[in-house]
Amino acid sequence: MKSQYDILIIGGGPAGAIAAKTAKEKGLEVGLVEKRPAIGAPVRCAEGIGKKLLADFIRPDERWIAAEIERATIIAPDGTTMELAHEMAGSEVGYILDRKVFDRELIWQAADAGAEIFVKTRAIAPILEEGKVIGAKIEAGGDVTEVKADVVIAADGVESKFGKWCGIDTTVPMREMETCAQYVLADINVPQNVTQFYLGNETAPEGYVWVFPKGKRAANVGIGISGKKSGPGHRAIDYLNSFVRKHFPEGKPIELIVGGVSVCKPLECTVSDNLMFIGDAARVSDPLTGGGIYNALYTGKLAVDVASKAIANGDTGKKALMEYDRGWRSSALGKALERNHKIKEIFITLSDEKLNSIVRSISKINMKEFDTFTLIKELIRVNPKLSLELGALWASIR
Amino acid sequence: MLKVYREICGYCGCCVAVCPEGALELIDAYLSVGQECTQCGVCAKVCPLGALEVTNEVAV
Repeated sequence: MKSQYDILIIGGGPAGAIAAKTAKEKGLEVGLVEKRPAIGAPVRCAEGIGKKLLADFIRPDERWIAAEIERATIIAPDGTTMELAHEMAGSEVGYILDRKVFDRELIWQAADAGAEIFVKTRAIAPILEEGKVIGAKIEAGGDVTEVKADVVIAADGVESKFGKWCGIDTTVPMREMETCAQYVLADINVPQNVTQFYLGNETAPEGYVWVFPKGKRAANVGIGISGKKSGPGHRAIDYLNSFVRKHFPEGKPIELIVGGVSVCKPLECTVSDNLMFIGDAARVSDPLTGGGIYNALYTGKLAVDVASKAIANGDTGKKALMEYDRGWRSSALGKALERNHKIKEIFITLSDEKLNSIVRSISKINMKEFDTFTLIKELIRVNPKLSLELGALWASIR
Repeated sequence: MLKVYREICGYCGCCVAVCPEGALELIDAYLSVGQECTQCGVCAKVCPLGALEVTNEVAV
């Protein structure tokens, strides 16, 4: 490991990997540290991503595509189902990935491009000079070395600590932490090419259960609930076990995955002097769906686009790096995050009766294209009783 | 003190993200609790598996 890089990246998930690759393509010296001994494991993900979105960053490859998705089904608490077909399900239609392979492919591409990758190596503290980050203390095998960098990128995921060490509060509010558990269930009958989402305060309070097919006769079956609703005897794992007992009693769990997904607003500011936040560390996972892979790739690439310009100009202060913060906020992604946070805040207040009537009414809606505006407008039209809740939502996002 | 039941912990880092004191740190499969812990119990509440508990025991 060198003692000086143009860019030092903390974390080797999708955000860090695409950032490292992008940096190398721009001719920068880049080092990436991953605290775990392997990239891509353990998986902390339901592994769904939109097809079109992914294509912006990587050529689809069957080695890491576990299933192709054409439809999404939403199941209301009373069992009413609605289907979102191919042309109207938007970005939720796509792939179920095999993240173990996908993440390795991304890091492989970064390494091939010339980025230096270090596993089982972690940042333990920033190096500060006059309150500004100028690098990080890096620990590997018990030895600590000082590594300086023009820009440090925090890609350290949901459990991000680097920002806190720099004096930036990145704590996720308990009520906006989705606590999640998932089995990879084998030997089950699930419809192929369809993702299923189960709603309901009994099933998944302030969250949902997902069933994402993964190859033949297997699926990711998982749940996220609000941290607020979690406690002894009613944790994510308890809800998941009762769902599986009811719906897939024959299923054989071949993997247990746990994790947290932030559904709060993104960090107030995703840059500081010589410091940038990307992916889950920036709290840019989608507050409504919990999806974060595309958001990680998008912010990871954009951060380095901006950082490389700043480095070339010899000024990596907060002001210069703000172009990144403004950039993603004004992008379609930034707007979707803002809108989906508002929708989420209303969604979590809905009773099962409301959820039932919404799903029932959506199934009657004939939409050529599925988008939030049309959806809410149509919901109010077919379901005047909901106009109070949804009217406020409509006003807030228009 | 905050007790970590290592046989239950899935080392996912959910607790680390909600700790207001930054007292928790996940190093691969090992969750460490720092001196900053105020035993507020937020981590114990959100844990998807129930691996954390605030107890009356005193740390040794």
